[in-house]
Amino acid sequence: MNKLSRYAILLTLAALTGCAAVETVTTIATDVGVQSGALTKAQGESIRRSTQAVSRSMEDFTPEQEYYIGRSVGAVVLTKYSVLSDAKINAYLNLLGQTLAMASDMPELFGGYHFLALDSDDINAFATPGGHIFVTRGLIRCCRTEDALAAVLAHEIGHVQLRHGMKAIEKGRVTEALAILVQESAKSFGSEDVIKLTREFGGAISDIANTMINNGYSRAYEYQADAVSVTILKRTGYNPAALIDMLNVMARQMKPGGNDFARTHPSPQSRIAELKDNSRIALTSIEPPAVRKERFTKAVGHLL
Amino acid sequence: MFHRRYIIICLALICVLFLISTVEAQKIMSIQIKESQLRITPSFLGKITAKLSYGERVTVLQEKGAWKKVSIPGKNVQGWIHETALTSKSIVLKAGRGTVGTSVTGREIALAGKGFNEEVEAQYKKNNKNLDYTWINQMETMKVSPEQMEDFIAGGNLVFGAEGSNP
Repeated sequence: MNKLSRYAILLTLAALTGCAAVETVTTIATDVGVQSGALTKAQGESIRRSTQAVSRSMEDFTPEQEYYIGRSVGAVVLTKYSVLSDAKINAYLNLLGQTLAMASDMPELFGGYHFLALDSDDINAFATPGGHIFVTRGLIRCCRTEDALAAVLAHEIGHVQLRHGMKAIEKGRVTEALAILVQESAKSFGSEDVIKLTREFGGAISDIANTMINNGYSRAYEYQADAVSVTILKRTGYNPAALIDMLNVMARQMKPGGNDFARTHPSPQSRIAELKDNSRIALTSIEPPAVRKERFTKAVGHLL
Repeated sequence: MFHRRYIIICLALICVLFLISTVEAQKIMSIQIKESQLRITPSFLGKITAKLSYGERVTVLQEKGAWKKVSIPGKNVQGWIHETALTSKSIVLKAGRGTVGTSVTGREIALAGKGFNEEVEAQYKKNNKNLDYTWINQMETMKVSPEQMEDFIAGGNLVFGAEGSNP
């Protein structure tokens, strides 16, 4: 076999790895390569192994597993904040939030989207990978209209859609957990595996909760979630400028050094600047229709 | 000689690709969420024609943006479903009880209820006694019906389906 044709085969293989059925194609292609003598058996094996290693990533967690991660991240959030047990507000948040979620690029989650108000003056919100979304009374108070509240909820839906929570899990942990899952995928777990998996599970929950509550996501992630929010607002007929209006109120109400968005998010001013640059939102402040104003006041007026 | 061998290999690879794309055209997919619905139109506001649960398989007939028109094998039902409810992996319920052969790899199947699951959550809860899931369970019961959603959209002068969304 001359060098040229060997390279040609390897190049063909490389090109094929771009398509959806990477592994199937690679397996068959390497088999063909090995049988024809273009590749040694060891070379074939190694190509197969590296393809598998590359494709085994966070994507291998099923929506069901993300749901269970989400439940526990939510339970950790609720050790820091109490629930605002107000049926009227929570019903309204779910009506608004679930409608917005249907207009997102990730409308279907294993257990769906669910929203809950938190009883705190902090300006804060959290979204778990399972679609549990929490928003504090302090943040609701930054919203003067239903459009603004929609902007807040759509930003959180953006974090779910872009899987920012899952991306906060340390890479090593993802590999470790998936390794156990793959080894054991064809049989039931023994109790030792449950203990091992629980350790990785606990680690993943800490990674996500720590990022959400203490360190915050990167500025880039927050800007991305703002961009998703704008998209969802446009798709549902809300005024995207309401996000800027909300951020302006937030800038006035935020306490410097606070243990909330003041610590975990880029400043409202830089988020506004980013929105003006990248989303080109017209700053015209259009009043929402009277019907929308009325139902907003009815649902959350007593909190404002 | 070398050239001939090279051509044969490339032709074989092209055949493989062609076969895969043909198979993809009539693909079977599985529901990857707890419960899902088929609708008469490709929209979340479309009338529901059937309800499906986790792991059920459907045959894809047609695609329109992020929506797929599917049928349920063996049943005379068709409808539209959003692609985020589907996976091309086949989902095996009740793993370890016989049907999963050893030749099947983790990449082709997803085992329902495996990995981070109820059992792992229970163990985690046992290790972290300060965690309370009461409100998590409670919030998961807060569901909005398509009718309520429709009223909410109409009542607030909103639209659904503007600017390339999931109409």
